[in-house]
Amino acid sequence: MMGFEKFLFYVFSVFLIFSAVMVITRKNPVHSALFLVLAFFNSAGLWLLAEAEFLAIALVLVYVGAVMVLFLFVVMMLDINIAELRAGFVRNAPVAIVVAIAMAVELLIVVGPQRFGIDVVAAPEPRPAGYSNTEELGLALFTEHLYAFEIAAVILLVGIVAAIGLTMRKRPETKYQDPSRQVTVKASDRLRVIKMDAEEKAR
Amino acid sequence: MNAVIELWTSLPVVIQIVIKIVAIMLPLMILVAYYTYAERKIIGFMQVRNGPNRVGFFGMRLWGLGQPIADAVKLMFKEIVIPSGANKLLFLIAPMLSIGPALAAWAVFPFDAGIVLADVNAGLLYILAMTSLGVYGVIIAGWASNSKYAFLGSIRSAAQIVSYEIAMGFALVGVLVAAGSLNLGDIVMAQEGSVMHWFWLPLLPLFLVYFISGVAETNRAPFDVAEGESEIVAGFHVEYSGMTFAVFFLAEYANMILISALSALMFLGGWLSPLPHVWVDGVFLLDDGFHWLLLKTFFFMFLFLWFRATFPRYRYDQIMRLGWKVFIPITIVWIVVVAGMRVGEMPWWFN
Repeated sequence: MMGFEKFLFYVFSVFLIFSAVMVITRKNPVHSALFLVLAFFNSAGLWLLAEAEFLAIALVLVYVGAVMVLFLFVVMMLDINIAELRAGFVRNAPVAIVVAIAMAVELLIVVGPQRFGIDVVAAPEPRPAGYSNTEELGLALFTEHLYAFEIAAVILLVGIVAAIGLTMRKRPETKYQDPSRQVTVKASDRLRVIKMDAEEKAR
Repeated sequence: MNAVIELWTSLPVVIQIVIKIVAIMLPLMILVAYYTYAERKIIGFMQVRNGPNRVGFFGMRLWGLGQPIADAVKLMFKEIVIPSGANKLLFLIAPMLSIGPALAAWAVFPFDAGIVLADVNAGLLYILAMTSLGVYGVIIAGWASNSKYAFLGSIRSAAQIVSYEIAMGFALVGVLVAAGSLNLGDIVMAQEGSVMHWFWLPLLPLFLVYFISGVAETNRAPFDVAEGESEIVAGFHVEYSGMTFAVFFLAEYANMILISALSALMFLGGWLSPLPHVWVDGVFLLDDGFHWLLLKTFFFMFLFLWFRATFPRYRYDQIMRLGWKVFIPITIVWIVVVAGMRVGEMPWWFN
């Protein structure tokens, strides 16, 4: 069975790298976003192989099910001019290359071969079949890491409030509806029946 | 009997799983087909019409029971028109993305005590993830069609599904707090007792929010603005014909059945009998069993049709208001209440 798991690992990895490359090379931003979805799926598959089923499903649920939907939503609505985006490419390329190389070096320093690998970090013990990854994660989050967890939650909440505060503008042309007033409206508020004598026919 | 068991265990695991999948999918597809028939008959009855009553078998009409088969054959042989300017690959992938998650969600669904294809710990989470994927079929269909109506429909649907998913997720959080497990089988067993022990009573607001969100999530009336005929013809699937349309149709009905079955499982005790266990232990048909789950699921499936025949379509801003300003606050408050009941070991349900 080990062989099959290895095979799955390589399938997911190859697809992950392929779709990640496609994300940055596609001309059409919608295609890029869809490849990003595929990339998320494959990383979820890799996490499942690593017996982290909670994280894998949460990745699909949060990133694929919600974040990317909103992403696609925005990308589809925007009329992105590709020629305009391309114009700055040559001018910005040197800066981008420097940043990319710096990031690659940093990554190598942090997760390079001298820090990772079976000979540096021992392989974790395989868990028994009934082991609940979700339960362990919940216990760790709400006991050991409670403060970090709560602080992260508050920061997220502040982010939400700030985002709404920044984008909500009262513009004079925007019309707001008050449903409680709408449902209490009566016919007499809107319509006035006037009694009057019939007018003479115009000649 | 022993020979059958021996034959079964001698099969490779992969073949066993495939047979189990077929055993779930085949009845489900037949149920979807006859759900469309039931829909037309029931709404016909509510509107004092006959509904389909012509197509039968072997020259007999049989109340039109052959109608779904005739519809399926018709759709299979119709031409698939791909609009000019459409993105062909995405246009054809979209229906598959729609039906894939709708069927995949059944993998963790328990039909009776211990009868489940994949008895995973995080079953509830898996179902939530799968149902949240269905929206891709709709979005991609609308975009790939290169049609304004289809695009408007898909944008409406995306906004609506993402909004109601939050309320739905919170309702499920209440269920898992009450049951203390993400495993669907354990959630049912936590409701053991009688009809008064099921979660519909302590979780009543969440139950209502869950089912209404489910109706919105499947784009059914009165939340069917994604295909509002009077404004945008047929919404996201306006350019689809033949089998590609049929797959969207199958996905929608499969999703409705899934939401009904999940409501039955999480709030109405799944396969548990409504009578106290000591009364019905071993009594034929009154004891716990799959038929109770089926009965409860049919009840919710009927509600879907009843809603469609009864309610006028929601206005779009009211849909958004209901989702964000009514349902989400209700669920958040009730999660706190449920947690309190659980910590305080409220008698009857949580002791």
